[in-house]
Amino acid sequence: MKFATELIHGGNPIDPEHGSLSHPIYLSSTFAQRSMDHFGRYDYARSGNPTREALEEAVAKLEGGSTGLAFASGMAAITSTFLIFAPGDHLVVCEDVYGGTFRVLSTLFKGWGLQVTFVDATDQGAIAAAIRPETRALYLETPSNPLIKIIDLAAAAALAREKGLLTIVDNTFMTPYLQRPLELGCDIVLHSGTKFLNGHSDVICGFAVTGDPALGQRLRFIQNAFGAVLGPQDCWLVLRGLKTLKVRMEESQASARRIVGWLQEQKSVAKVYYPGLPEHPGYAIHNAQASGPGAVLSFELTDYKTTKRLLEGVKLAAFAVSLGGVESILSYPAKMSHAAMPAAEREARGIKDTLVRLSVGLEDADDLIEDMDRILNR
Amino acid sequence: MNMATKAAHIGLQRETRTGAVTVPIYQTATFRHPGLGQSTGYDYSRSGNPTRQALEEGMAALDGGCRGFAYASGMAAITSLMFLFKQGDHLIVTEDLYGGSYRLFEKIFQQFGLSFSYVDTSDVGLVRQAIRPNTRALFVESLTNPLLKVADIEGLAALCKGHGLLCIVDNTFLTPYLLRPLDLGADITIYSASKYLAGHNDTVCGLVAVKDPELAEQVYFHQNGVGAVLGPQDSWLTIRGMKTLTIRLDRQQENASAIANWLTGHAGVGKVYYPGLADHPGHDLMRARGKGFGAMIAFEVTEPHLVNRLLMKTKLISFAESLGGVESLITFPQVQTHADIEPETLERLGINHLLLRLSVGIEDKDDLIADLAQAFEEGE
Repeated sequence: MKFATELIHGGNPIDPEHGSLSHPIYLSSTFAQRSMDHFGRYDYARSGNPTREALEEAVAKLEGGSTGLAFASGMAAITSTFLIFAPGDHLVVCEDVYGGTFRVLSTLFKGWGLQVTFVDATDQGAIAAAIRPETRALYLETPSNPLIKIIDLAAAAALAREKGLLTIVDNTFMTPYLQRPLELGCDIVLHSGTKFLNGHSDVICGFAVTGDPALGQRLRFIQNAFGAVLGPQDCWLVLRGLKTLKVRMEESQASARRIVGWLQEQKSVAKVYYPGLPEHPGYAIHNAQASGPGAVLSFELTDYKTTKRLLEGVKLAAFAVSLGGVESILSYPAKMSHAAMPAAEREARGIKDTLVRLSVGLEDADDLIEDMDRILNR
Repeated sequence: MNMATKAAHIGLQRETRTGAVTVPIYQTATFRHPGLGQSTGYDYSRSGNPTRQALEEGMAALDGGCRGFAYASGMAAITSLMFLFKQGDHLIVTEDLYGGSYRLFEKIFQQFGLSFSYVDTSDVGLVRQAIRPNTRALFVESLTNPLLKVADIEGLAALCKGHGLLCIVDNTFLTPYLLRPLDLGADITIYSASKYLAGHNDTVCGLVAVKDPELAEQVYFHQNGVGAVLGPQDSWLTIRGMKTLTIRLDRQQENASAIANWLTGHAGVGKVYYPGLADHPGHDLMRARGKGFGAMIAFEVTEPHLVNRLLMKTKLISFAESLGGVESLITFPQVQTHADIEPETLERLGINHLLLRLSVGIEDKDDLIADLAQAFEEGE
């Protein structure tokens, strides 16, 4: 089944009881049992809920995995995944990892003895050099947030396999429509489903997907024990959002390409970060592992004053955190996604105070360009 | 203000634009910023959402805390609180606690270097004996699951204060209507709000109330960092449920008392665990509190085959996990809620192959008793 069809029919078998095309929202917290020896498929909604299960299966299929799990937020998915490790274990993490992930690693899990080395994961040599006897996993984001660095997933996964490590990839920016890390040899894919998967800026949710049955079982155990599950109404909204994933991504990506072209011509723009640009250092690798550059781009303005004017002056793109919605969102990584990172760490990673990130939505590209042109050039 | 008034007013709006009296469901992930470095108070719904906040404020008000927190489940609330601790820390925990909490402590947090001692927390002296130099907290169920042991929260909180321990109370079975642990010196209360607080068997959620602002700041940091938050629609449903908390519990307690008395006289029933019965060890303590005895009953049947008969033959009372809702539920703790606890421990505690747990709902008590009576009879 091709991707567009999978989106419409994959997670949505027609309800056998009433023929409903849309999956019912099961709000029940508990399920009555018919036998004391053999419990039914569902007993308590934290452990399993039919609406959540439909969504989990849909996302697992899209990523090419066998187990999909839905969580209360992207961070809940990430935190739950880190619970597979033990004190003394060591992780190698890409250095410009999402600020929220940086925060849980550098505070909560540090307190529990999980060790982390942050490396420039675009450099396979740097990854290899950071691996120690107690290293258990690589944790990667590509394209990274917000500097859109590209990591060679197949090479990283091959190295990890050789050393007996897991490869965990946050695939939020790409979605399985553009990039499927499990097919490249990675072990666990994570999502802030709040972003492109749901796509409407109206649900906070997260996912973990794996193709390995034992790993899937371990993650499912943690999902149930920790209990950071996604509620049934939110699950239904995400199922609904997923149906338009492909058409949304295609449209947003086409607009992103046009906006990138326009930004490159502006005197007030110092630098544009986008994996669709041939001069991007990761261009070839990205093209080899993903089927498109996506709809998130970052750019640096020439000075702070212009940066502030742009952020506060845009009318069509919302000045807000988050990304991946039908609405374009312009955000300011230094004070938003990476606010949890100390200033020195942030500077060292190249996240300047003139850097803005644009998540391109479904507005007409001409309107978005006109909106920015008004501020930058008049 | 009394509990019934506080409960009915959760989420009550003083909003002037539309005049809506119930809080809107803010189904949004993110919030637009008015300017650089400015915020409306809401940035991203994981960090704060107006609907969830109305619920959190309601929880704090009911429990007399400075701040409340809402989570994706009761277990998510407990897990998020465990992030207050570090490798090497020791906690004292109620021995007959909920199996999900036991599983979390033993299978996940022990691996991260936390250690747990399980003691009978209805005995303050036993808790005192379990304190070690590295003990950081007491995690106590105020009314235990399923054996309904009653903890002396005031005595335990004083002990904790004397030893610099955090006193965390799982108050799920009692709710703030029957007990307000923060008033008695506890630091944190925790609820599987899927139970009495939401009360309709339709929402899985966890709630926490914290007494001290500084501790609340830490709890917030972990709620936001870990991100196991409750969604806005479930937050709204929980608010809606909490508005009827006191009237539901009044009826549930009345029903439970009648059923416990009826069970006590039934030939097919052995031990009955209900704090409202005069011979229950926690009876005097709960009577002194003056709020009632709750609506959970555990009882042993005299013959193993009666377990299956009751589970299968009750028509109004559903055989299902969970508790605290308007519908009555019956469960078999040994294989359901407490399946993760070691068999020897279960046997020692009395969670055996004859023990059933009844969560009494708000149906008519005569109908519930008639349903149990017919289930005890032979034949279909």
